[in-house]
Amino acid sequence: MALPQPKADATAARTAALRMPEGAKWATAAREEALSRVNAMGLPGRRDEYWKWTRPESLVAPDAPEAAVFDAGEAPIFGEIDSVKLVFVDGVFDPAQSDDPSLGGVEIERLGDAAAADIHWAKDLFGVLEARGQSPVPRTLAALNTAFAAEGVVIRATGKAEKPVALVYHHGAAASDAMVHHCIRVESGAALSVLESGPGASRFSKVMEVEVADGGRFDHIRVQGRDHERRTMTHVFARLGAESVFKSFTLTMNGVLTRNECVIEFTGDEGVAHVAGASVGDGDFHHDDTVFITHDALDCESRQVFKNVLRNGATGVFQGKILVKAGAQKTDGYQISQALLLDDDSQFLAKPELEIYADDVACSHGSTTGAIDETALFYLRSRGVPKAAAEDLLVLSFLAEAIEEIDDQGIAAEILSRLEAWLARRR
Amino acid sequence: MLKISNLHVKLEEEDKQILKGVDLEVGAGQVHAIMGPNGSGKSTLSYVLSGRDGYEVTEGAATLDGADLLEMEPEERAAAGLFLAFQYPVEIPGVGNMTFLRTAVNAQRKARGEAEMSSTDFLKEIRAKAKELQIDADMLKRPVNVGFSGGEKKRNEILQMAMLEPKMCVLDETDSGLDVDAMKLVADGVNALRSEGRSFLVITHYQRLLDHIRPDVVHIMADGRIVKTGGPDLALEVETNGYAGILAEEA
Repeated sequence: MALPQPKADATAARTAALRMPEGAKWATAAREEALSRVNAMGLPGRRDEYWKWTRPESLVAPDAPEAAVFDAGEAPIFGEIDSVKLVFVDGVFDPAQSDDPSLGGVEIERLGDAAAADIHWAKDLFGVLEARGQSPVPRTLAALNTAFAAEGVVIRATGKAEKPVALVYHHGAAASDAMVHHCIRVESGAALSVLESGPGASRFSKVMEVEVADGGRFDHIRVQGRDHERRTMTHVFARLGAESVFKSFTLTMNGVLTRNECVIEFTGDEGVAHVAGASVGDGDFHHDDTVFITHDALDCESRQVFKNVLRNGATGVFQGKILVKAGAQKTDGYQISQALLLDDDSQFLAKPELEIYADDVACSHGSTTGAIDETALFYLRSRGVPKAAAEDLLVLSFLAEAIEEIDDQGIAAEILSRLEAWLARRR
Repeated sequence: MLKISNLHVKLEEEDKQILKGVDLEVGAGQVHAIMGPNGSGKSTLSYVLSGRDGYEVTEGAATLDGADLLEMEPEERAAAGLFLAFQYPVEIPGVGNMTFLRTAVNAQRKARGEAEMSSTDFLKEIRAKAKELQIDADMLKRPVNVGFSGGEKKRNEILQMAMLEPKMCVLDETDSGLDVDAMKLVADGVNALRSEGRSFLVITHYQRLLDHIRPDVVHIMADGRIVKTGGPDLALEVETNGYAGILAEEA
């Protein structure tokens, strides 16, 4: 079916502004297939149901809008953690600022090097999970990223990684349009932890394809920087084998537009996937968590916990779906999305969905929007805690369920302190 | 200590008068009990004293050691020495019990211009006081009141009282939802805090709590007023004759 003309025009205008990187045959083939997906599906527009609440224009426009580079004046969030640090500036790998990418039990390469090799394991992943994730809902910006992203890393864990890989994304030029694409494979019984931080660019598109083989474990902690004007579009595509564990937590502070899509598929029995997010926004802030989890195996557990704190006209969006296919018995699915509105001007839009074709499952979902609980506030104040401090305590209390999804206590404490500082700056 | 005179209060959102001229004076070191049927205004009195939103004082005054309570924010009343033990203590997920108490203790000290309590001193003190109330280390670490039983919640209120060392304690139906053993434990906690400089206002439906916390003075409240005041025997009279009997007598 031909695309509507405005969508076809917007898609053509965007792709015309981009150049496909060179690579080996397999990589070029994967990119060309991705480009044909882009042309077939068309880039998102206002009329698309999946973009009902988040306007995609600025993500689709040929030129990236400018964003002032923001100096937070604070230490990098994962700076104290012993990690292999890989730094990207406006989406371009910067070897000078990065650590030597050697880590026991882990292979790390630049996407460009992997894509130039005639034979490479990443061939089975690059664009493959993204393509699988295009149904039932098109995610054309992810296909666009596969087609054109020149940078990124491919990481393969064959054992238990001694330390995390920290991907740091600096924003350099006021107008910068970055596309980064990572492929991660955690082999059977292996374990890897990836930390991500920073705004990336004025417009940042990032795709991460993650395959966790049987019995593997992948931990992901992401902090999306405090830059107010940045625009970020991310996709995580994960395919999980039997008895594997996938855990992802995202902290988002500020940002004029952030859309984080996460697409997870259980293909082996007894897998576990937890996706959580805490986002805090003030004023010109639009945050969108869009999650799609497909249970296609027995006895898997998925958990989605998303919390938004919104003030001064900020907007939060949640679109979350649990799809349980016929035969995916004993599925345990949980989904909660909540917003705490600190004033009457902010809004939260949520579309929680369950679609279940198996008869022996336990799935629940809930979504709430509310203000600070007056009874709790009075309780704290009656103990002598001043109003402002009591409100901050209740905001942190609201976010607690999401933060509890972080297993590493040191990281959880650091995230908590960043949130406390965010609140304190608004006093 | 606490002086309430001709206190008239109505609900802010509807034109409903709840307190219709309450007069009450609690001296230093005294324990007063307020008894009364449902809807007589007992809990409203406790909320108005501690500064909860939703009530409008239309007439009268309430002072603590001469300071006008009604002009203060709830946290200022707490720092001035007022404490309300809630009938339904509030659960606060994600905030550790101990963290919360330390925040409260130090906020009050700061408000009074006193030095903050060091974490070592705080820990030492809270452990000792928790032990007396049979509150274990786990309860101290858990989020405030989350997953606590009814008895644990009330004991936690008394622990807060013990740590905050108020001079005027208002206990709002602290006995509700407690079995006999739990009530005794809570009463023992309260009794341990009785001292010359500390007064109590114990609000209850039933006389049985007053078997354990012996009051100096008992007031009967009905329809927004104190209608009868007497010694501890008055509580026994309620038990025998019921409120209806006493109210009929007063009418």
